[in-house]
Amino acid sequence: MYKVNVGKKILSANEEYALKNSQLLTEQKKLCLNMISSPGSGKTTILTRTISDLKDKIKIGVIEGDIQTEIDAERIRATKAPAIQINTDGACHLSAAQVNSALENLPISDLDLIFIENVGNLVCPSAFELGESAKIAVLSVAEGDDKPAKYPSIFAKSKAMLINKIDLLKAGVQIDFDIERAKADARKLNKGIEIFPISAKTGEGLAGWYDWLKREVKKLRL
Amino acid sequence: MHETMIAESLLEAISAEAAKQNAKPVNARISCGTLNAINDEVLCFAFEAITKGTLCEGMKLEIEHKPMQGLCKNCNESFKIDLSCLRCTKCGSEDFKLLPDAPLLLEEIEFQTEQ
Ligand SMILES: Nc1nc2c(ncn2[C@@H]2O[C@H](COP(=O)(O)OP(=O)(O)O)[C@@H](O)[C@H]2O)c(=O)[nH]1
Ligand SMILES: [Mg+2]
Ligand SMILES: [Zn+2]
Ligand SMILES: [Zn+2]
Repeated sequence: MYKVNVGKKILSANEEYALKNSQLLTEQKKLCLNMISSPGSGKTTILTRTISDLKDKIKIGVIEGDIQTEIDAERIRATKAPAIQINTDGACHLSAAQVNSALENLPISDLDLIFIENVGNLVCPSAFELGESAKIAVLSVAEGDDKPAKYPSIFAKSKAMLINKIDLLKAGVQIDFDIERAKADARKLNKGIEIFPISAKTGEGLAGWYDWLKREVKKLRL
Repeated sequence: MHETMIAESLLEAISAEAAKQNAKPVNARISCGTLNAINDEVLCFAFEAITKGTLCEGMKLEIEHKPMQGLCKNCNESFKIDLSCLRCTKCGSEDFKLLPDAPLLLEEIEFQTEQ
């Protein structure tokens, strides 16, 4: 037996596509946000509401990742925004190659902002760079305030975090979710993370999120 | 599972090296960072499944997990991050930044010597 030192990066194909995507987005000065969360935390609802509320200010397109079905892309198209559905056929995350072909099919030059709704999963998507401008972690109060402590990688890598469904805390539903604890745990690994407690249902807290989006889009135009 | 995609990428890299060496690979050592979110059991299972019938069938995988590192802004030392106690292990300061996570690497392959 003999050993050979290899020292080769695995998943370099994904990285190559991620680099292509990021070059394309930078050249065209488009903001691209990769939304990552557990299933059901409210990503599609946040997107449809954001698109409608900002339709006169920011032109948004969406890349929808799901294991199967076209349901979420149809929810987005109902707002008149362009949406490309990617079905991962069982895979737990989107790959940069999939995003690359979706970008080719979106009318990018007409858009300011492209959202990627990743497959519902708090762990795997954070391991695959897509070439996005930034990652956004979404956590709903129904999932428990211990998520940032238990799944640090996505919170460490995100530029912003949305704490959704805060209407449930007020509706007298039996939920123990300490917003301050979730914030503090997320900030332990990521001091600069922007945190927006919101309700995509009632609209509470969305103004701060929208201001942040407008600022980020504007930064790229300068 | 994303481990399947990693297993495929591994098989490709090992096969390429095996062709160069013209020998049968027996063991491989890989290393990864925390943010690669690799579950050893899942990866080994996926690798075993996709190598069936290939030159890599029966290979053993050794997976080394490299811890997250922080750089202390107070004493300027880098240290291993313990998620249950997020402070510099040298001076105790909580003011640190995360260093880039270790990449996913195929480190070493062990080949059978021809009889
Ligand atoms: N109470 C409440 N429900 C919400 C809110 N946002 C989304 N939902 C509900 O949560 C469920 C999952 O939402 P969806 O947008 O499909 O989540 P996704 O899987 O992350 O895309 C749906 O039944 C939504 O109506 C919210 O702010 N408050
Ligand atoms: Mg959805
Ligand atoms: Zn996975
Ligand atoms: Zn220190």
